Amino acid sequence: MTGTADTAGQESRVTDFSDDEVIIGLEIHCQLDTLTKLFCGCSTDYRDDGPNTHVCPICLGLPGSLPRVNRKAIEYALRVAKALNCTIVEESEFARKNYFYPDLNKGFQITQYDRPLAVKGYLDIEGDDGEKRVRITRVHVEEDPGRLVHKGGADRAKYTLVDYNRAGIPLIEIVTEPDIRSPKEARKFLNKLRATLEYLGVFDSEKEGSLRVDANISIQPRGWFDREGKGKADRGRAEVKNISSYKGVEKALTFEVTRQKNALRRGQRLGTETRHFVETRGVTTSSRSKEMEQEYRYFPEPDLRPLRVCAWADEIVLPELPDARRARFLTQYGCSPIHARTLTGDLRVAEFYEQVAGIDPVLVATWVADTLLGELNYRDMSISRVSPDWFRELLFLVHKGNVTDKGGIEVLRSLLDQIRESGSCETPGACVGRLGLRVLERTAETGSEDDPVVNAAREVIAEQPQAVADFAAGKKEAFNFLVGQVMKKTRGRAKPADVNQVLSGILGKEG
Amino acid sequence: MVSEKDVAHIAELADIGIEKEELAEFTGRFNEILDYFDILDQVEQGARGGTDLVNIFRDDIVEDSLPADEVLANTREKEDGFFRAPRVM
Amino acid sequence: MATLTFPQDDRYNAFITMLDKAETGPGKLSGIGIAIKDNISTRGIQTTCASRILEGYLPPYDAHVVKLVKKAGAGIVGKTNMDEFGMGTTTENSAFGPTKNPADTSRVPGGSSGGSAAAVASGMVRMALGTDTGGSIRCPAAFCGIVGHKPTYGRVSRYGLVAYANSLEQIGPMARTVSDISLLMEVLTGYDPSDSTSVNCPYAHIPDPDIRGLKIGVPEEYFGEGVDPRVASVVWDGISLLERKGADIITCRMPSMAYALAAYYVTCTSEASSNLARFDGVRYGPPADTRQTWHESFQERRRDGFGTEVKRRIMLGTFALSSGYYGKYYAKAQAARQQVRNDFLRLFREVDVIAGPTMPTVAFRIGEKTDPLSMYLSDILTVPANLAGIPAISVPCGTSEGLPVGLQIMGPHFRDERVIDVAYAFEQGVSR
Repeated sequence: MTGTADTAGQESRVTDFSDDEVIIGLEIHCQLDTLTKLFCGCSTDYRDDGPNTHVCPICLGLPGSLPRVNRKAIEYALRVAKALNCTIVEESEFARKNYFYPDLNKGFQITQYDRPLAVKGYLDIEGDDGEKRVRITRVHVEEDPGRLVHKGGADRAKYTLVDYNRAGIPLIEIVTEPDIRSPKEARKFLNKLRATLEYLGVFDSEKEGSLRVDANISIQPRGWFDREGKGKADRGRAEVKNISSYKGVEKALTFEVTRQKNALRRGQRLGTETRHFVETRGVTTSSRSKEMEQEYRYFPEPDLRPLRVCAWADEIVLPELPDARRARFLTQYGCSPIHARTLTGDLRVAEFYEQVAGIDPVLVATWVADTLLGELNYRDMSISRVSPDWFRELLFLVHKGNVTDKGGIEVLRSLLDQIRESGSCETPGACVGRLGLRVLERTAETGSEDDPVVNAAREVIAEQPQAVADFAAGKKEAFNFLVGQVMKKTRGRAKPADVNQVLSGILGKEG
Repeated sequence: MVSEKDVAHIAELADIGIEKEELAEFTGRFNEILDYFDILDQVEQGARGGTDLVNIFRDDIVEDSLPADEVLANTREKEDGFFRAPRVM
Repeated sequence: MATLTFPQDDRYNAFITMLDKAETGPGKLSGIGIAIKDNISTRGIQTTCASRILEGYLPPYDAHVVKLVKKAGAGIVGKTNMDEFGMGTTTENSAFGPTKNPADTSRVPGGSSGGSAAAVASGMVRMALGTDTGGSIRCPAAFCGIVGHKPTYGRVSRYGLVAYANSLEQIGPMARTVSDISLLMEVLTGYDPSDSTSVNCPYAHIPDPDIRGLKIGVPEEYFGEGVDPRVASVVWDGISLLERKGADIITCRMPSMAYALAAYYVTCTSEASSNLARFDGVRYGPPADTRQTWHESFQERRRDGFGTEVKRRIMLGTFALSSGYYGKYYAKAQAARQQVRNDFLRLFREVDVIAGPTMPTVAFRIGEKTDPLSMYLSDILTVPANLAGIPAISVPCGTSEGLPVGLQIMGPHFRDERVIDVAYAFEQGVSR
């Protein structure tokens, strides 16, 4: 029996969710890739350095210090706002968000509240049911707090260690409307957003901790949300805070969908609660942090002047963004739509592809989108570790036929493993030689004694009389089987086309 | 008018310890002052004053950070370059 | 380079920290020993804001104004006593004991820059830096019988000033003569990129006592019922002197005065409640107890480290900013503030400066004022200048009951020169 929750106080079970939908809204924080922090001149390049080595009176929150706004951070934020099709607010201002926590050394965070930088934008993504538009509520700029380290783990630590290197790093906060309808869509949104930010040159997704996501998720009767959320059945929602990886977002939300559905099946009433994602266990747990109960007493930051940046935003020329690049790849390189989407989904991949595409764009597209990315993913390696030069060399060998596709893959794997081990690799040519993968060259005449393909074919025919007979009897699969045996015998070094030709020749003659 | 309970709640919000003995007096003074503030109710919400000073920025150029010994100089609660703080529950 | 030494006898408790010697160099302030209010950061010299919560704090940097006075050759004599974090009108709210008024040691010197005023008035130093959020330079100047100037908001950098109320406060000069005020203004003013509210408007001016034809507005509200008639009388005598020197006296009205004090206290307590949240004992001040939890330690530190008045203002500000009350208090206070600004703009279309008493009374006895609200009410004549950001000076203009009385002159934004000229004219007129 399908149930919808009644007015408050009554529990009813939901057992069939076909009339319900998952409602997801995201709040994304990304570190902007400026040289200095948002309000002071400390370098943002802190990750390899010791704690508290990138701090000054301002980001350390010393009494008497005053913030100074980094122009570049605002420029980057405006680029993002424009790329997300937002309206730039005519006069925006900074505000103080007041709460007490050891990583927030002033006792307040300088952020934006009533009058953010930009509002009402959108990002088009490939949704579950085709292209869809996710609306952006607002985009604003704020500072990152410091970092807490708990010796011996968060549960057992006697005290907290604090490092303020991260305090003051510029963040852009992007808030979506609850337009996302599944954990998978959420992942796709984040991927598109990440790619867009990288294309804009304002974000480096490879920096650890550079992106954090808070997700709001609930399960509501279909259409409830479109009625401005004022339907009868508000079943409450969960806010999962501080998810710090893209994969984590999909996992966390998938877990939440299951958890919420189970709760609804048991007739439990879901309130509004804050939860925390435990990456290692793939679960969300209830959060009882004091911060949740506090109110923030926002007021305009008196130490900073307002921003009037509409005219500046108008002058900003955006670089080519993912969608435009994808369209260009289709026309310029003749890629398939799927390949074009994959190749442009990451700036580094797109740039890599364009550097090596010259040999044969379609061949290279397959090699990069399908083969290379797969092998890199398997090894948890970034494409930035692959030199376009040797990859081009490898593909040239494949393109020329000096090595088969299969052989080429073997070489690629070997080179990637070498890089992973030692940071460098031999040349593709050397690797081909070392692994003995050089394609067997046919001699001019077929049928000659020295032709290795012919010899291999003859051996196979001799070894597989049943298959030969089957082929003669008209079974086409038997031919493929024999081809496979010849490939095996030549250890992949024969060109499939040659094997086909030779076998046909011999069997045709004899059959 | 605020009650002692309200004042205690504000003290919680502000994370300031007020002793129970002080609460009564604090509340009395608080109310006197808040009564005085009521005169603001008569003020009309006018237009915001314009500011001439807007868009004050700094260039994205790295400046020296504080040397580590100066950063940690004002506390003895430090460990391996970190500040030591009481743990958050 | 010369070394200044000075007597360490601090009978008025004007100083929290005294150096035994100071280096001076060449420059406009060469050879001059200067006292600095203890809420202004001085590198390597204890800066406490007269609070236990900052006891022992040695800033690793100098406030911008400290750099400027050092560059001008002054020697820093020490850090002066004040009301804790600038919150007070008498310098009785100090964790280091009250400062005594050199004019009468049973009386307060005014606040919150009472230590600086006493140091100057007693002759210990020739000049001092104070800060003025709601009258904290002008009040002690009036009570101690010296000159104190609050510059136009933005003319003097706040970088290094431990914030109490960011949108209201300014560092300013305190001295025995208007000429010295003017000299110090030359050193202190000018654009500072490290303060985003700093304005590029350096002061370079020789005070000019010619005020013939100058129009001086005197608002009725400045001589209303809250003002002691004896003080009013002395100040009117002073204004009459200005008239004899050629100025026109024009009475006027400032209706926004009715809201000014409430607007001031809502604004400053709100900003203070946020500014004082950083004293968690992790980076400076008496250390947090790491055996406790964060919350316990933070709460205890604030209970023990802040005085009663500071706690009260933090709580008032927390309340004023909390949800449900923001519209009633903070938002209304800003609207009232705009009305005060508009009143001044209107008046300054008709007059060149505004004059009146600095304080409604002479200095109270130490321990006399125990009721916070009545203490707040004594700021009524000084807060309007802070709300509007306009320049205002207090110059000694006689005595009442044997105690100094201050004449306050206020001018339009960025007309500190004009305000100082009128004060100079008065000072010169008196000495003749």
